[in-house]
Amino acid sequence: MRATSFIHPLLALVLSPLMLGVINRTKAWFAGRCGQPVLQAYYDLSKLLRKGAVYSRTTTWVFRAGPIVGLAAVLEATALVPLGGEPAPLAFTGDLILLAYVLGLMRFFTVAAALDTGSSFEGMGASREVTFSALAEPALLLGLAAVARLTGSLSLSGMYAAMSLETWRQAGPVLALVTAALMVVLLAENARLPVDDPNTHLELTMIHEVMVLDHSGPDLAFILYGAALKLWVLAALLVGLLLPVRTGNAWLDVGAALGGMFAVAVAVGVVESSMARLRLLRVPQLLVGAGALVALALILTLR
Amino acid sequence: MTPDIILILVVLTNLRLLGASRIGASVRTVAVQGILLGLLALLAHHGESSSSVWLVAVGGAVLKGVVFPWLLFRALRSAEVEREVEPFVGPIASLLAGVAALGVSLWLAQRLPLPEGAHSSVLVAVALFSILVGLFLIVARKKAISQVLGFLVMENGIYTFGVGLVRESPLLVELGVMLDVFVAVFVMGIALFHISREFDHIDTHELTTLKD
Repeated sequence: MRATSFIHPLLALVLSPLMLGVINRTKAWFAGRCGQPVLQAYYDLSKLLRKGAVYSRTTTWVFRAGPIVGLAAVLEATALVPLGGEPAPLAFTGDLILLAYVLGLMRFFTVAAALDTGSSFEGMGASREVTFSALAEPALLLGLAAVARLTGSLSLSGMYAAMSLETWRQAGPVLALVTAALMVVLLAENARLPVDDPNTHLELTMIHEVMVLDHSGPDLAFILYGAALKLWVLAALLVGLLLPVRTGNAWLDVGAALGGMFAVAVAVGVVESSMARLRLLRVPQLLVGAGALVALALILTLR
Repeated sequence: MTPDIILILVVLTNLRLLGASRIGASVRTVAVQGILLGLLALLAHHGESSSSVWLVAVGGAVLKGVVFPWLLFRALRSAEVEREVEPFVGPIASLLAGVAALGVSLWLAQRLPLPEGAHSSVLVAVALFSILVGLFLIVARKKAISQVLGFLVMENGIYTFGVGLVRESPLLVELGVMLDVFVAVFVMGIALFHISREFDHIDTHELTTLKD
């Protein structure tokens, strides 16, 4: 393990709330507004951390464990994902499956905490979240499997280290399909448009927001920070495929990848500004479509 | 490399057809597929670009990409068809069936004994996949117009097969096939119009309950 492999987790811990700021600024720019400060997510986090938490008497330890386990799970995911050609601090054969299931654990505890409140309203959000993620997870796993097959490595660090412009030349269509599907997974998993509207607090439309309504204070801060890290992790998977810059200098490579991360944030902002939320019935179609794309990619690599 | 990209785009148009919920979108997708196949015919015979290859490729692209959509849109307008596809099998199940069909056709294409000089096994797989998707669209959609589209997709699959396997099929055969398809779509357009005038819809499902 090299010291440079800790660059990415540290950057993720410090910069992930900034991605939310960039997305919001992009949306504000499209709408012709000034928008909130780029650092707004940091202000929100520090405000929430200084507050106390309120717990309903009907909740149990599951409700209190939800945000903590969720944050711990996504921190582990951050340690698994490499950026800019450097290996991740945690890397072993088959860690891509661990990544999918660590994200699954985070989702499970968010859903369990939402159900623990006994609110029918949160149960609705939980059921939507589970339905959609059951369709998004195969797309993520199959996409990573296609890349693993292409690069001949079963570890995320190995896969992304083997990526280069040469890989794009040899298997461009496969990588393009996987990239498109991963973008859909990123939007769906992070409760972004066109799957979920992060701004709305209207009960009929929301998925992620409705599950965290009863959390307050530090718990809500953990959830917000966990969501930012999750966005960072999935964006890092995308950038590793799209921008395989390999100059040999670790700082330059990571710098290029960082630029890519914020380009992804801008892209998410553009998607959110230019699209309306899909009807709930349409969302599974989009996710199954993404699954079909990666299945095609995987079949192309298997021949 | 380039023929492979076109083949993947053909697969994507097929998947789009399986997931489409609007008839207009389906017709346009079939048009795009026709133009892609014209390009494929040009690229598959790279180097030996005789005038007959150009004639078949460009003629096919114009016929499938411009004339057929125009005919179908005209039939849709005159028959005053609603815009929904009305499937027996929903879009999600159709997409999953499509992925399964893709797997089956790739598996089959690798086991088929191909003659010398044939192109990649992907091309045969895509041809088989188009044929299967066409069949699926004919069986699993209610409206007569979707069945015309399914028929066109099947024909596209057979055309792909021909491009891949035959170095240079006789010009007359290709033109004959194209004329057949043209007449078929023309006749189907007229039949559509008459069905809709007689029964106020083009739902073929209802036709099965007719008695003389």
